[in-house]
Amino acid sequence: MIEFKDVSKTFDVKEGQVAAVRDVNLTIPDGKIYGIVGYSGAGKSTIIRMLNGLEFPTTGSVTINNTEISKLKGKALREQRLKIGMIFQHFNLLWSRTVFENVAFPLEIAKVPKAQRKEKVLRLIELVGLKGRENAYPSELSGGQKQRVGIARSLANDPEILLSDEATSALDPQTTDEVLDLLLDINKKLGLTVVVITHEMHVIRKICDQVAVLDAGEIVEQGPVLDVFKHPKQAITKRFVNQETSTSSQDDTTLAVSELLKKYPNGLIIKLGFHGDQAQLPIVSSVIRKFPDVDLSIIEGNIHQTTEGALGSLYIQVISDNQDSVKEVLSYLNTMRVETEVIEREQ
Amino acid sequence: MNNNGFASYFQLSNVDWPKMWLATWETVWMTLVSIIVVAILGALLGLLLFETSNSKSAGARALNWIVAAFVNIFRSIPFIILIVLLLPATQAVMGTIIGPKAALPSLIISAAPFYARLVEIAFHEIDHGVVEAAQSMGATKGQIIFKVLLPESMPALVSGITVTAISLIGYTAMAGAIGAGGLGNLAYLDGFQASNNAVTLVATVIIVLVVFVCQFAGDIVVKRIDKR
Repeated sequence: MIEFKDVSKTFDVKEGQVAAVRDVNLTIPDGKIYGIVGYSGAGKSTIIRMLNGLEFPTTGSVTINNTEISKLKGKALREQRLKIGMIFQHFNLLWSRTVFENVAFPLEIAKVPKAQRKEKVLRLIELVGLKGRENAYPSELSGGQKQRVGIARSLANDPEILLSDEATSALDPQTTDEVLDLLLDINKKLGLTVVVITHEMHVIRKICDQVAVLDAGEIVEQGPVLDVFKHPKQAITKRFVNQETSTSSQDDTTLAVSELLKKYPNGLIIKLGFHGDQAQLPIVSSVIRKFPDVDLSIIEGNIHQTTEGALGSLYIQVISDNQDSVKEVLSYLNTMRVETEVIEREQ
Repeated sequence: MNNNGFASYFQLSNVDWPKMWLATWETVWMTLVSIIVVAILGALLGLLLFETSNSKSAGARALNWIVAAFVNIFRSIPFIILIVLLLPATQAVMGTIIGPKAALPSLIISAAPFYARLVEIAFHEIDHGVVEAAQSMGATKGQIIFKVLLPESMPALVSGITVTAISLIGYTAMAGAIGAGGLGNLAYLDGFQASNNAVTLVATVIIVLVVFVCQFAGDIVVKRIDKR
């Protein structure tokens, strides 16, 4: 279990002091994938780097399985680091070494005998799907392959924790998904705890069990991924969730909605939210059947898979000469197991 | 002996070949010995400069300042003046101020600071993320130096050695002019002072060839080890 307790970090700069992290309290359970999302400069990197002592808190404590990382120094810290793997946005491979030698690197650091190294390295290379490329140099690999080497390297000393520092941010969407699948696979197979920091909500949705949203060094929201996606509370969280759940850009939908509101002042625009099994209910057709005097048009809809099931939203417009029917539709929708949100006209 | 006309350059019969080969060997020997010492000393000084350059501790900063001052001062002294300046020290250390051996201290002291700077730059060019990755794996300072810094900057270190070696060849010739032996000495004494232009020309050609071989070998090694 990883615990951040009242962790703050200030950096001294020429202009004075900058608070990178403020009063962070986090508990990360074993075996889970925990995501920390935030814009650049929010303090994500500082937080993750405290886990392997590349950064130390100014106040507060960081504890992994009852060992206070923030107090370790020298040899004790180096030994702790052997148990923590890390992957990086820019891979940070040694270009002078082959794939094999790169994966063997942490084993050399841990002084594992050469004979044992070979067998282990080959197994890891196979695990990340790079069999046959052992003798290639990083410069001969694609970005996704380089990150696979990075992952194999991070697993070499059988870590209990894997830290992912924006590991997919330099990759294209297709490769990102492949690398994320690999991380998910490794989490399941090896049962290790994974801490992911990212600015992409996509990463959170795809692999994380829990998420914390970081804004200006503070955690403004945290919880299970599905809950945060369903009921984002803070404005910044909503922005992150929208970034992921709207297929067209959110601005386009907002624009279309406000146009429709202007054009049909007696119409009602409702945003429906689905998750899990609800996404499969035939809600629209049952509304049409039940309210024959109501016109219903679909504005925009989408659906996404998370680790805990599907998550979708649908914008519909309800128009009728009879305002009572419109209200009835709304109350009918409320009785269905679906979340409704009436989009108001902008003042 | 016609020593004025253009044709005098090609009177190869005036060349004392055994003497020429001996001088060539002296030049090569001076260059080789000094470059080996310069490579080691320069790498150490460069590493010291690199490690102390971003340090927060006052001691390291002071050390950096001292090393940097030493490097800058000896890099700025013109070589011919440095030799003269070091004559007493050379006498004390090497027991003589003439011959190839006597040239070594000034060759080394002039080239090591220069190479130290090249080493420092080479280390700074390594992506800091790679060093950090090694730290995150629990590497010690020594492991970082021998497994990350040196191998990752090897092409730059080798091309730096090539450049340093070539300027050292030039310095040996200068040292030769005041009695260190080698091709410079031969060209000055037997060529210039005895007005034997053929000796000067042959010495020049050999020096140029030595430089070419040096550059060529350096380029080949860099090409082989550079996997970027």
